[in-house]
Amino acid sequence: MSGGVQLENANPVIFQRSGDRMLTASEEDEDVHDPIDDREIFDILLVLHLIRSINDPEHPLSLEELNVVEQVRVKVNDTESTVSVEFTPTIPHCSMATLIGLSIKVKLLRSLPDRFKTDVHITPGTHASEEAVNKQLADKERVAAALENSSLLEVVNQCLSSRTI
Amino acid sequence: MEFDMKRELFLLSSTSRACAIPSGVTGTMAAESPLLLSLVEEFVSGLQDSKAKDTATGVKDGQFTVLQLVEALGQSLTSSQPHTRARGVQLLSEVLQDNHGVLTEREVELLLAFYENRLKDHYVITPPVLRGLLALTKSRKLPPGSAVSMLRSVFQDVHVQSLMLAERACVYNVLINLMESREDELKGLGADFVFGFVQSMDGERDPRNLLLAFQIARNIVLRGYSMGKFTEELFEVTSCYFPIDFSPPPNDPHGITKEELIQALRAVLTGTPKFAEFLLPLIIEKLDSDVQSAKLDSLQTLAASVGQYEHRDLAEFLEGLWSSLRREVFQTSSEKIEAAGLAAVTALTSCLSRSVLNSDFEDSLSSFLDLVLRDCKHHLFEPDLKLVWPSTKLLQAACSASFRAAHSITSAVVPPLVEQYNSRTQCSHRRTLLEVAQRFIQSTASSQSVDHDESLFSAYKDSLCSLVFSALSESNSSLQITAASVLTSLAQQPGLLQDSDIELAVDHLTRLLLTDEDERVSVAVVECAGALAEQHPAAFVTKLIPTLKKEMFSDQRESSELRSHHAVRQRCLSALAAVSVRASVVMESAPVLLDVLCSAHTDPDRFSVDEVVRACLSLQRIAERVQDGEDTSRCFHDIIVPRLLSLALQAALQSDGSSDRHSPLVEEEVLSAMVPVISTACSRLQTFAEQTASRAVSLFLDGDVSFLPDNSFPPRVQLLQQQQEEDSSWRQTQLVCLLMACVCSLPHSVALPQEERLLLELEELSCSCRHPLSYTSAAKCFAGLVNKKPQGPSLDSLIQGVIKRVSGELDRPSSPLRTQAFTLLIWVAKALLLRYHPLFSALTDKLFSLLDDALLGPMAADSFSLLMSDSADVLNRGCHADVRIMYRQRFFSENSAKLVEGFNAAPQEKKANYLKALSNIVNKLPKQVQVSELPALLSLLLEALTCPDEGVQLSTLSCLQPVLINPPQVLIQQLEALVSRLLALIGSPAMKIRVASIRCVLALSCFPAHEVLPFRSRVLRALAPPLDDRKRLVRREAVQARAEWFLLGSPGGR
Repeated sequence: MSGGVQLENANPVIFQRSGDRMLTASEEDEDVHDPIDDREIFDILLVLHLIRSINDPEHPLSLEELNVVEQVRVKVNDTESTVSVEFTPTIPHCSMATLIGLSIKVKLLRSLPDRFKTDVHITPGTHASEEAVNKQLADKERVAAALENSSLLEVVNQCLSSRTI
Repeated sequence: MEFDMKRELFLLSSTSRACAIPSGVTGTMAAESPLLLSLVEEFVSGLQDSKAKDTATGVKDGQFTVLQLVEALGQSLTSSQPHTRARGVQLLSEVLQDNHGVLTEREVELLLAFYENRLKDHYVITPPVLRGLLALTKSRKLPPGSAVSMLRSVFQDVHVQSLMLAERACVYNVLINLMESREDELKGLGADFVFGFVQSMDGERDPRNLLLAFQIARNIVLRGYSMGKFTEELFEVTSCYFPIDFSPPPNDPHGITKEELIQALRAVLTGTPKFAEFLLPLIIEKLDSDVQSAKLDSLQTLAASVGQYEHRDLAEFLEGLWSSLRREVFQTSSEKIEAAGLAAVTALTSCLSRSVLNSDFEDSLSSFLDLVLRDCKHHLFEPDLKLVWPSTKLLQAACSASFRAAHSITSAVVPPLVEQYNSRTQCSHRRTLLEVAQRFIQSTASSQSVDHDESLFSAYKDSLCSLVFSALSESNSSLQITAASVLTSLAQQPGLLQDSDIELAVDHLTRLLLTDEDERVSVAVVECAGALAEQHPAAFVTKLIPTLKKEMFSDQRESSELRSHHAVRQRCLSALAAVSVRASVVMESAPVLLDVLCSAHTDPDRFSVDEVVRACLSLQRIAERVQDGEDTSRCFHDIIVPRLLSLALQAALQSDGSSDRHSPLVEEEVLSAMVPVISTACSRLQTFAEQTASRAVSLFLDGDVSFLPDNSFPPRVQLLQQQQEEDSSWRQTQLVCLLMACVCSLPHSVALPQEERLLLELEELSCSCRHPLSYTSAAKCFAGLVNKKPQGPSLDSLIQGVIKRVSGELDRPSSPLRTQAFTLLIWVAKALLLRYHPLFSALTDKLFSLLDDALLGPMAADSFSLLMSDSADVLNRGCHADVRIMYRQRFFSENSAKLVEGFNAAPQEKKANYLKALSNIVNKLPKQVQVSELPALLSLLLEALTCPDEGVQLSTLSCLQPVLINPPQVLIQQLEALVSRLLALIGSPAMKIRVASIRCVLALSCFPAHEVLPFRSRVLRALAPPLDDRKRLVRREAVQARAEWFLLGSPGGR
């Protein structure tokens, strides 16, 4: 980071991280079937980091620490094979809302069985151009087209990369 | 002679190039040595470089002198061809290199004069001249004043940077040598020397020469050469390399690292306060860099430099430095830089703290701390924002520098922190504030000096204590946990807490132990109690232990409360262990634990088996942690161990009669928990260990019960004899595990009475008893003694006897005692393997032959894991066993070939045993050995992956996984086979195998991209089904592995 560059949000509010999921005895038992639950999807999304994009060297805080993704806003129904994730941009004019949404979408597509239908949208009332972003994220064709764009895919992949600096 | 030589040299140096030496002079030397002349001729005209070596040897051996050489060189040195002259000088210089020791002072002087003169000659002559000068600087006969004249001519006549690499090095080495031997003369040159050096190194680019140049500069700076008006020049000419950016070429033959250059340059730049005014602005500038390594280097250089500075060197740059440092920590992008930034803050603060206050200067420490407080303090009171932590770290970095700094910062920060805590209502805010406070208390631990016996926090002790106690009374568990750690830190401040505070703290801790259900809280409370008890044992003896005892023995028979009561007891037991560090506490806590065992024995319903085991575990922890001393040793060996033995014996004898309800002390679980208590006591608290061991031997061999408390035993107990007719005799024979604990953990110095008889009885018991715990323990005890028995014929015959007996038993397939014989075999084998006993190989051969055995084959395969791993209760280093280093590698290298052979020869249905044995062995090898040995075994391991035995699959996967992280070339060649086998295992019915195989697939994604890319779509397809696995653990691995494989070969991925 060079001294001159100002961060969009240098001192953001930090939320406490929930600890690692406790390993239960039933999870280690071969004979028990563990259904996919909200926490599991939430844990999948925890890997995502707000990218150190363009000139933003922000300490890569996880989406959880910035409260972009909360466990209560993740809903999963294993029997009906649906997942719904609401995310909350840090500030109403956050320029990265679409990118965060796209990253969440891609992460879910790669991590869930085919049978699931995923729905990713902005928490109602938290972003200036909420509708437009939601519409983009809901449109399969547009998502597919976005991922054809190699520079966009590059940024998304950086978000998804678990490797730190 | 000397006169001649002088004239000679004079002539040489003053001759014009074309002029020949007068014939009268040359005439005298022709006859001297035809050999020398021919050597010179061959070197100079024949261009045979090897002749220089021969000439040098000649001089060394005394065949001819340097003077004769000079004479013989006459013609070449006066030749009109510069190249011939150069060749002549080169020969002379090379001879001098090997012979500078034999020169007289006069000769050195003349040679120097010659060389200095030759510096003015044609440029091709300069390189050999420099080499000659270098040789002369090594001479101990260097005449006074010659260093100065030599340097003057070098600085004057040579333009160093237009020379080749080796010649530049020559100049630097001349300087280095002279600085070592002629320091005073060089200092006499004054600043001219510095100027000459600056000119010489200006523009140097080769890292090898830079290391030399930095060494000279460091000498100038550190040894007090006068730099005069050239201080800035010297700084400029070195600092232009800062920060060092150098990556050595591949296969670098010189082995110069970036780190080496960084350290050498740092030593120059930070060497003197005179550079401060130039260095500090440079550092501020470089901290703005985008290059991470430049930042890191700048921060480290800053921290190193201020060690020598005084406050006035720093004064004008403090603001600039602080704002850069603050930025680095606030907006850090890597932990390394953050840590370096914090270290720099600490170094700055401690530099400022060293300065002596006087009336002329403002107190620069306090003005710096004002800056720090101004920028950081207010962030502390925004506990939900990101900057609270960086600010805390910065303040603590300053705090840890000195007592003065800690004093001003704590007085500025702690009172408002307490106030903030009291005004906040949200638990998460309070917790953050408490954690900040805890870090402050901890960070000052290093700056508490001996002169200040008063703690920094004594003024705030009361408010901090009330803070902690109020937090402990909250219902929020994370707040309680943080409060417990604050309490620990407060207790570690010497002399801070008063007895009344400790008593209050103990009350709170006791209450939490008895009532709080949260496991994390109780762990924190137990830990805190342990730390407090180490400093303030008294309150624990009088308050905590009696309360816990009362609680544990209180009767609550209502079933609804039983479960929670069980949890309370567990916490009490672990707290008793945690607080027992000091002898005075152990005297009180150990009897309580023994009472638990005792009352469990008399009334089996009172305590569950699990609780009894935990009581033993607590005793074991006490034995591991307690301070070794006479008191504690006596307590263990006179009270605890006899009591344990007595209780176990009572239980064994009593249960003979009544069959319906038996004491928990006959359970294998409980006995196995007692073993480590006794063995730790014998191995750690050695003062009375010998006594315990001999008592135990006489108890087990002769039935001597006199030392046991509650002595109501029958006069003759025979613990090692089994009565065939009685089916309950196992209760007595299994006590042999306690004997093992007593006699197998002794140091080598302790001799055991009746050892021969003991060994015989143990052998008999292990070979003939039918109760598993009894015969296994007897075998282990036997092995533990064999391992420590001194080398010699008696040991050899003992082992031979065992081998014979065991083989006899094993060779009879119908024998009912084969398992027993096998158990003894494997334990004795382990005992001998550990100490490299030569008879070990006889036992291994037997073991290998058993792999083909129909019944014992699988057991033999499993036993290799026992052989290779550390056993918990016997034959480990803690028990003072004779364990040679690298016995595993040795075993592997001696036997892997046999194993492979056996595998190839074995019938199909027995092959699994060999694979299992192999994977058991490889699994336990250190990772480096695995990696280096893997190539030879790879095909076998790949074979093992297809083996239907799940145990083999799992252990092979666990050997493979670490190897995959740094894949050797052979593995990459077999990638196809590896991938298809791993992918096949993803569908295994066993969860653990699915997990392990997916982990291996994940590791594959880090292989060189071009090797694994062809498998990408196949792997992604294979990882899709486990995303929908019925087990969450499998899904989690699959998600992770699939994510990495998706990134492979994708833009922005890898």
